[in-house]
Amino acid sequence: MAGEVPRVSGVEERGQARRALAQVRVVGSFLQLRWASILVVAIALATYFAFANSAFLTGSNILVIASFLAEVAIITAGEVMLMVCGEIDLSVGFVYALAPFVMYFAWNDAGLPLSIGVLLALVASAIIGLVNGLVTVVLRVPSFVTTMGMAFLLYGLTLTVSGAFPVQTPQQNTRFAEVMGHGQVAELLWAVAVIVVVQVGLSYTRWGLYTISTGGNILGASEAGVNVGRVKIANFMVAAVLAGFAGILAAFRITSIDPTAGGFDIMFRAVAAAVIGGTALAGGAGTVTGGFIGALVLAILLDGFTLEGIEAKTFNMILGIAILIAMILNVTLQRRRQQGTL
Amino acid sequence: MSITGPGGGAASDGVVDPIRVEHIGKRFGAVVALRDVTMTLHKGEVLGLIGDNGAGKSTLIKIITGFHQPDSGSIFIDGVEMRLHSVSHARSLGIETVYQDLALIPGLSVYHNMFLKRERLFDPLPLLRNGQMKREARQYLHEMGVEVPSVDAPAAQLSGGQRQAIAMARAVYSKAKVLLLDEPLAAMGAKEGALILDLIGKLKERGDVSIIIIAHNYAQVLEVADRINLLRHGTIFLDKRAAETSTQELTEVVVEEYRRSRRSV
Repeated sequence: MAGEVPRVSGVEERGQARRALAQVRVVGSFLQLRWASILVVAIALATYFAFANSAFLTGSNILVIASFLAEVAIITAGEVMLMVCGEIDLSVGFVYALAPFVMYFAWNDAGLPLSIGVLLALVASAIIGLVNGLVTVVLRVPSFVTTMGMAFLLYGLTLTVSGAFPVQTPQQNTRFAEVMGHGQVAELLWAVAVIVVVQVGLSYTRWGLYTISTGGNILGASEAGVNVGRVKIANFMVAAVLAGFAGILAAFRITSIDPTAGGFDIMFRAVAAAVIGGTALAGGAGTVTGGFIGALVLAILLDGFTLEGIEAKTFNMILGIAILIAMILNVTLQRRRQQGTL
Repeated sequence: MSITGPGGGAASDGVVDPIRVEHIGKRFGAVVALRDVTMTLHKGEVLGLIGDNGAGKSTLIKIITGFHQPDSGSIFIDGVEMRLHSVSHARSLGIETVYQDLALIPGLSVYHNMFLKRERLFDPLPLLRNGQMKREARQYLHEMGVEVPSVDAPAAQLSGGQRQAIAMARAVYSKAKVLLLDEPLAAMGAKEGALILDLIGKLKERGDVSIIIIAHNYAQVLEVADRINLLRHGTIFLDKRAAETSTQELTEVVVEEYRRSRRSV
């Protein structure tokens, strides 16, 4: 879709300069196009399913999509920040499962107010992120490995403390529960709020600049005086807190707390959403909004094919193909970008 | 302390030299990188530091930027003897190094790169004043004659020459007093190289900054340098005004070096 660079005849030098310029422009528009193309894909999918199945555009189904979307989108927002600074967190799905148990035990066993329980759950999530960050940055274990270890550790921990049984989410019919995810659009509103805040953080604060710098050119960033270790550790904490928060919202939505919820499944969905949304796995580039649209695409696919009666196995194939296509685009773009600078 | 250069240097009529190193020695294990280097950078001048691979150029530069500490000798910054603990210490004294590849963040726009670590904010809000940074970057780059397609363009889309020019402009904009350019023209076409040489010329004209160019290719350095120091075997072998030497003379030195090396093999 990038098209051929027009051949310019005439003086060789000028031709070269113009070709280079044309290539820069092509790459530039391709970048924007790619961002827009994800949205186009989302709209095209929605249109297709709307025609294919009359149930798709009903209010109740849109709420189903929203609930598929919201939790993944919130986790994706944190994962995007982490991936932009050049790291990844494979343990987010298990923070998602553990956090509501922390809340539950604070309320049930320690007798604290539920809101304090939520707060403690988020603090616990932040500590997990801090540990991930410290092990990765200070002990220099690749984050892929650090967070994989953390994933299994948390999984075992959650199963142990819960006795492998789900519990009822407390205070189901309160206003608090409504706000915390039980209300029909509460989760979606939280997701939109998170996306706006994190995207503003990425685009309009120092924090975002340093995150992009750390992932894009870690030597250059630290040469310029950016504390790259701190940037990474804090983003690990952001990713974990958002995952824990998504888990709490889910607990209120579903009204029970399941020790096997989330896991690698929701983590991979978040990473896939980030990648489909244009976040570079190698770091240095990505948008939270893109990740949100990526999560939307996945939610529409999941819901649409469920309505069509396609089973989970097939859905995984479709998910796989979607990720492959996104990655091929990603790599192609990177190559073009390098050509543009040559 | 001594102010004049070690022979052949420009007269520095009472003006304090931004950098002077005296009798610097540095060894790494059994390898002697620098034997005895005395070198002066006068205010506002462009000094070309040339030498073969292994002559000690990069060691000397890393000592001046605080990355390595010398085993012997002393460093004077603005006439005051200093011990440079770290790169950031040297930077706080106004000594900035510009590397060709290291300098910019590919994913950030030109103006964000220009302002990295000295962002303008809407105080007390933590939000970036992008509009103002854009304007300042555009104006400053224009003044410097650095042409980019747009200050909004990510650095990844720029040519090597443009990136380097922006990195240099950034260093000067951040009030660097001494600019160390490490092989600024390596792997660069004639046109790109001309861009950098023009910028160096411009900086020299403005006179706010003194520059050391570390280079392999002395023909290009002679174009723009006021003075040439040739490093050989860990010591300054030749110190002349650029006008008083020539590519021929410098080639002679290097060729003779090769002859001797072959004989000794």
